[in-house]
Amino acid sequence: MNPIIAGLVTIVVGVGGCVGYFYLSNLLLDKVIFPARGENISRNINRANAVRPWLFMFPAIFALGLYLVYPVIGSFWRSLYNRAGNEFIGFGNYQALFTSGDFQVAFFNNLLWVLVVPAASTFLGLVIAQLTDRLSWGNIAKSLIFMPMAISFVGASLIWKFVYANDPDIGLINAIRDFFGLGVIDPMLVPFWNNFFLMVILIWIQTGFAMVILSAALRGIPEETVEAAIIDGANPFQIFFRIKVPQIMGTIVVVWTTITILVLKVFDIVYTMTGGEFDTEILPSFMMDYMFRDDGIATAVAFVIMIVVLPVMIWNIVQARRELR
Amino acid sequence: MADLVLKDVEKSYGSVKVLSNINLDIKRGELIVFVGPSGCGKSTLLRMIAGLERITGGTLTIDGQVVNDVPPAQRGIAMVFQSYALYPHMTVRDNMAFALKIAKKSKEEIDAAVGKAARILQLDPYLDRLPKALSGGQRQRVAIGRSIVRDPKVYLFDEPLSNLDAALRVATRIEIAQLKEAMPDSTMIYVTHDQVEAMTLATRIVVLAGGGIAQVGSPLELYERPQNEFVAQFIGSPSMNLLPGEIVGTGTTTTVRMKAGGTAVSNYPSQPGDEGMQVNVGVRPEDFLETEGEPIFEGKVDITEALGEVTILYYERVDGAAPVIAKLPGIHKDLRGKVVKLAADPSKVHVFHKEQSLLYRHEPHQKIAAQPH
Repeated sequence: MNPIIAGLVTIVVGVGGCVGYFYLSNLLLDKVIFPARGENISRNINRANAVRPWLFMFPAIFALGLYLVYPVIGSFWRSLYNRAGNEFIGFGNYQALFTSGDFQVAFFNNLLWVLVVPAASTFLGLVIAQLTDRLSWGNIAKSLIFMPMAISFVGASLIWKFVYANDPDIGLINAIRDFFGLGVIDPMLVPFWNNFFLMVILIWIQTGFAMVILSAALRGIPEETVEAAIIDGANPFQIFFRIKVPQIMGTIVVVWTTITILVLKVFDIVYTMTGGEFDTEILPSFMMDYMFRDDGIATAVAFVIMIVVLPVMIWNIVQARRELR
Repeated sequence: MADLVLKDVEKSYGSVKVLSNINLDIKRGELIVFVGPSGCGKSTLLRMIAGLERITGGTLTIDGQVVNDVPPAQRGIAMVFQSYALYPHMTVRDNMAFALKIAKKSKEEIDAAVGKAARILQLDPYLDRLPKALSGGQRQRVAIGRSIVRDPKVYLFDEPLSNLDAALRVATRIEIAQLKEAMPDSTMIYVTHDQVEAMTLATRIVVLAGGGIAQVGSPLELYERPQNEFVAQFIGSPSMNLLPGEIVGTGTTTTVRMKAGGTAVSNYPSQPGDEGMQVNVGVRPEDFLETEGEPIFEGKVDITEALGEVTILYYERVDGAAPVIAKLPGIHKDLRGKVVKLAADPSKVHVFHKEQSLLYRHEPHQKIAAQPH
């Protein structure tokens, strides 16, 4: 069949199916199950209205259940089986993980990422938001800083591969070293610090996000509180750290936790830059290494990541809800 | 606790001049009220005194020191904002202590100052609460307390009561009056658009209009001797009636032949040769009396509002002019649709020069732009 016709048919079937579902299910509810007539008319109308929201929510609940809840349970179940998936080994995979040196390195590195990236992105975003606020060219600066957000992680990594290239004619780092008469190095091979060189890429991407959200929050602070602080004799630093920052603390926490959750998902940067070599492995890239080779281990890693993300996620949602109120 | 002198103060934004020729001499212990319609620049003037807006011309002197370029914190002023401007993340105690902490005062000093302010304002039970847990009136008191702890030379109030409901506004107004009485040496400047606040609180009122000062004087001076039509109509409610006429008799009293018929006699003196001058005769609604003799105004009553103690008569409009309003003591429900003649005591009849909108025979205090009314 012609792909265009196939596409159109899909659209018609999909949209028609939705309309049909809502129309027919409501019809069934109002005419057959709880008809708005007879002696129980008012009771029937009330019951129909109590049921109706669930009719509308059912497709979403069903899809989320199928594609989110089931995989969580399914993954956990799979992580209890061996590599081939035919032998139940209990928590054997987890045991193997926690005794493996590679996993410990990945876990430690991931901890570093979680500590450094959200903190650095949020701090830089906050400072930039404040500094660009009153500048005539502040919006241009903000656009430039926001731009990396639009680049995929892989694309960003490729850009930074040039920055880190071990050739003074290509790599920025080595060009600077060359200028000071220092020898050429490969930043990706510097033990321990290579992790931070990788983090810089994500910080570069995420600072724009933090800046945009925090800039809006800073503008929402009532101007009078700042003026009152000026009259109270506070200097610009005191106004920023003692009047402004505390007032947007809720937003800062939301930004911080959102970036934390993201950090626990990013594997592209490590995968593109080092492939997890030279002790730069983090949990998501570690998981990718085992995927399709040993699904038992890979699902166990996925579950560990989920357990780690969960508290941050809950805190994030609680804070975001409080912000909305 | 300071003298404040404004000399030829101006404010312009780019080429737009919003305030000019502001000359004021404020003495220690006065409570000055800036009053005027929206957009007259009263809040801007206050913010210039506070140092939140730059003074673009003239000088501001506090206690003999020119402070045009002195930062707000060093001017010895404290300000109470319309929106309270409390720091939402700090307790009441910390809100009041913030300025002292910034000034690196000792803990004992801070505790003593905060404690004293809290006692004056009855905020003791709320010291450890956050502003969001307080009512509007309590928040306003915290804002005032934040000023008191700094022991400033000059207190600035920017429409402090306009966010409160009517009952609370009256109560807080009285509290501010009592506060002023408790601190007789403190100088206060108070901005409002509410003439009741102005009349009850002020030692002197500054009426601002059209970017300048329309008149400065004690509340009763403004009421009894307004120097121009703007002040005459701004102070008092309902507004003073302005009726056109022509001078026919001069001397120690002035006789005006009203355009709509009738005659008005005023205690304002005039000079021979003024006959034929076009003037506006101003009479406050409450100064009108019912008369059988020669009236100042005669017309048909359109609407009556009996308030019990007084009855307000609204006359039929003539030629699109604002309706003449009279306030007669007692209840007169039966006057609707009837012709009622009105006169007034010559001491209560004001005469304004028609073109300049300035009081006839008085030297202009400040030239102001004509106000639409």
